[in-house]
Amino acid sequence: MSKIIAQDKSISVPGETLAVGMDILPGTGAYRDGEKIVAKRLGLVTIDGRTIKLIPLSGRYIPKTGDTVICKVIDVGFNGWRLDTNSAYSAMLSMKDATSDFIARGANLTQYYDLGDHIVCKIVNVTSQKLIDVTMRGPGLRKLKGGRVIEVDPNKVPRIIGKQGSMVMMVKDATRCNISVGQNGLIWIDGEPVDELLAIQTIRKIERESHMSGLTDKIKEFLENSGKK
Amino acid sequence: MPYTKRIDGRGFDETRKIEAKVGVIKRADGSAMFKIGNTWAYAAVYGPRNLHPKFLQDPQRGILRCNYNMMPFSSSGERVRPGGSRRSKEISLVTGKALLPVLDLEEYPNSVVDVFIELPQTEAGSRCAGICAASMALADAGLEMKDLVSAVSAGKVDDKLVIDLDYAEESYKDGSVADIPIAIMPNSGKITLLQMDGEIKKDELMRLIDMAKKALNDIYEIQKKALKEKYHEVEM
Repeated sequence: MSKIIAQDKSISVPGETLAVGMDILPGTGAYRDGEKIVAKRLGLVTIDGRTIKLIPLSGRYIPKTGDTVICKVIDVGFNGWRLDTNSAYSAMLSMKDATSDFIARGANLTQYYDLGDHIVCKIVNVTSQKLIDVTMRGPGLRKLKGGRVIEVDPNKVPRIIGKQGSMVMMVKDATRCNISVGQNGLIWIDGEPVDELLAIQTIRKIERESHMSGLTDKIKEFLENSGKK
Repeated sequence: MPYTKRIDGRGFDETRKIEAKVGVIKRADGSAMFKIGNTWAYAAVYGPRNLHPKFLQDPQRGILRCNYNMMPFSSSGERVRPGGSRRSKEISLVTGKALLPVLDLEEYPNSVVDVFIELPQTEAGSRCAGICAASMALADAGLEMKDLVSAVSAGKVDDKLVIDLDYAEESYKDGSVADIPIAIMPNSGKITLLQMDGEIKKDELMRLIDMAKKALNDIYEIQKKALKEKYHEVEM
């Protein structure tokens, strides 16, 4: 007889038994040990039918195919750029994925992206050895000019973006800033200095209170109140 | 004089007062504090991150680097000279070996997870406190782990088997002393660290391990509670 021991939406720590029984399946963040389903990390228990998975609450960014990330150029080579992805691994942007311009052999690539530039790009491939390929071909992928880049906890990014981008839209409208959120926890903000500061304050507030319910309303109120000052 | 009663009045199978907290160092990816009596350990975990020098990289899995450090005026004896010593190197090594069996670093090839254990004040049992703090900090850093690791020192003072020796017991003059740090994975009961200083009979050692396991279950509950407390308000 199978039995689910852990409660839905509770916190579990590594090694904790979540359920017993062969007809329950371990999802991400859990593993099977004989009859038992055991937690493999610190996370929020989510029971979905017969599957038990754990939503991570902390940890560094792990690159995934399809993620849109904000990266910094750390090296310029013969046929591409090396980028810092805010994770343990750097990414490679090859010339053909960067631009459709004709680039002559041996041309100076810094005229496209120079050292220290931030770019929005998309991860197209991650190998088992964590070699990362990114592309600049796609809507919204570009070099970031001006503005400032801040770092947040990558696990809080979904909350900052909100459902269908509702949260970030609200911050954008209220602060009149351009904002780009990378899945790797880097956020680019560009606007008037005062507005930029307000946007940063708001994002930090979302990050801090990401676990609370009714956050959208709270942030709306916060933005309205700070606008009056 | 025979050893009939512990100096601080504890029972022979009792640990000193334990306090644990997670997330004490903001800049670290994961951190924890573990206090047992007057021994305080702080652990900070950074990573997985890029590993240099490059020849240390392992293309099959990430590596774990532990660093155990006692602060200059942390102990009751002479000032500890800053920087690494023969002793700290050994303890860093055994700490790493005690933690590695629970960690799954195959997801992070060529990278490193750094663990820094700092001890602002110590009074025996520092490597065990360090291991407890480090295992909580690793879990806080969101790394994939099979289990936590709990550790405590056990031993024999004169003819009595005791748990969690303090400094006075470790340096007991009127009889023989054996000091045995033990670390286990609490859910499977497997031992990841077992060292010994002193002499003890085989059957006494077996009894001592059973005693330690009981104490370690209590320590495990404290570790678990500390980890959960960090997120106690979570409700989505």
